Amino acid sequence: MARSEANLAARGHTFGELMVAAAAREIADGELVFVGMRLPMLAFLVARRTHAPSAVGLFENGVLRETPSSELLYTMGDPPNLRGATQCGAMLDVMGLLQQGRVDVGFLGAAEVDRFGNLNTTWGHRNKEMQRLPGSGGACDIACLARRTVVLLAHDRPRLCDRVGHITSPGFGTGKGWRRGQGLPPASGPSAIITTLGVLRFGHDGEAFLASVHPGVSVEEVLANTGWTLRVADELTETEPPSDAELGVMRELDPNHFWTR
Amino acid sequence: MAAESKLLTMRDAIASHVPSGSMVLLGAQLEQMIPFAAGHELIRQSRRDLTLVGPISDILFDQLIGAGCVSRVMAAWVGNVSAGVGYCFRRAVERSIPRRLEVVDYSNFTLALALHAGALGVPFLPTYATLGSDLVKKNGNLREFSSPVSEERLVAVRALRPDVAILHVQRSDAQGNAHIWGSLGVAVDGARAARKVIVVAEEIVEPSVITSDPNRTLIPGFLVAAVVHEPGGAHPSPVQGYYGRDHAFFTEYHEQTRRLEDFEDWLARWIMHVTDRTEYWKHLGASRVEALAVKEHAFSAPADFGY
Repeated sequence: MARSEANLAARGHTFGELMVAAAAREIADGELVFVGMRLPMLAFLVARRTHAPSAVGLFENGVLRETPSSELLYTMGDPPNLRGATQCGAMLDVMGLLQQGRVDVGFLGAAEVDRFGNLNTTWGHRNKEMQRLPGSGGACDIACLARRTVVLLAHDRPRLCDRVGHITSPGFGTGKGWRRGQGLPPASGPSAIITTLGVLRFGHDGEAFLASVHPGVSVEEVLANTGWTLRVADELTETEPPSDAELGVMRELDPNHFWTR
Repeated sequence: MAAESKLLTMRDAIASHVPSGSMVLLGAQLEQMIPFAAGHELIRQSRRDLTLVGPISDILFDQLIGAGCVSRVMAAWVGNVSAGVGYCFRRAVERSIPRRLEVVDYSNFTLALALHAGALGVPFLPTYATLGSDLVKKNGNLREFSSPVSEERLVAVRALRPDVAILHVQRSDAQGNAHIWGSLGVAVDGARAARKVIVVAEEIVEPSVITSDPNRTLIPGFLVAAVVHEPGGAHPSPVQGYYGRDHAFFTEYHEQTRRLEDFEDWLARWIMHVTDRTEYWKHLGASRVEALAVKEHAFSAPADFGY
């Protein structure tokens, strides 16, 4: 990612680091967090070590952690994630907490996200050919049941599309009132989409709008790389760059920019 | 008189307990303790028309699918946790290579509930998960219904009873009373939901070791049909306290299975031309084995069961 390297030289951080910092700020102190791997994992650790020291992390293999693991993880089942965990339970234990509405925020990646925050990780397409993707994992459960869901993905037109071809994990469906109509819990649903270009949030009508652009990115660039006519916030801001403290944690955990190119 | 030992070789355990057409639970502990050695034996014994059940099973599902053993997969996620897609899975779904594959898509929670229902002996369990998703539209084992006790819509998750659950564990006695610690996933429900269990253990211990710490006995031996002593049997997945995850193996598998002919080479090299796990482990090489060894032990504090 040549542009990310240029960004590192010009601004002192990569796109990945900016996304991790933005994701970390979605976690408030004391919250129960359903942690994914890769960038969300780093975001959780950054939050714990900076503004959210008492956030608790849950993993769908049943692990509950209150302290960062001693090594960078590639999967939630890596031995360093189990050593020093507060609890190693069953999958149903953590899924039960999720269904009770106790999980404040869950992080998800996706192949596609649409204007209402619906996610597809089941079927992709390239050159009009359908490509079978791995599927939901726990993503559908988190999207249905977490109080807030934060999505991280690279920003381009195929990924940010008008309507996903397959709803693996529901966002706001077709807009206002849809989740309620489906029977999903009232206090749940997508709250932010953090991309390589900016941060999108959701209006009361369930449709995404551009809330902030990353430093060095223009609104036009965001709109040109979005597959629907994206609304822009009246008070559009620039995404706050990562602080020295946040970068310090990230670079300690990921010194070679393995996750944060 | 001591109970009869259930110890079998992997070859005999698979030959006796997993015929073609079976529904098999694999990968119950997610990224840890995936029973690769058992999966490889299923491939060597040319099983056909298996239904694979598991939340994820990382590249073991991909290998079994690529080898033509599978006609149906009931899972939340099929691929390569290190690299994303599994090429054999894609070839099977998109082009029926080497054969047609039916995919029944679950989420992790709904698959866990299906096994929990099986373990509880009820026909279904309710959840809000998957409401509004295309999973509930396409998977016939997820059915929306109105709650009989409240004004709500829910999803009924049909119980699953696999014919056999193959579970890798840290230690077991010869009757299959097994200790597991670390990543549990759906292992406990899986063992109870299944009609029979094959335990694959890193170590075989005396019954007194098991009864010294009964909270850690997650599989009682009376559910177990066979116990296989197979150290290293979960490689390249990790076993807490025994060996780490061989991350490079997963990325190499990704690179080496992109094309069908490359997968066939991989299959020959790592499974078909390898007679058993001892030979597989030699094939890995001493430096790789050494790199995966536990570097620093971290024993739990003993729990006092005295009175």
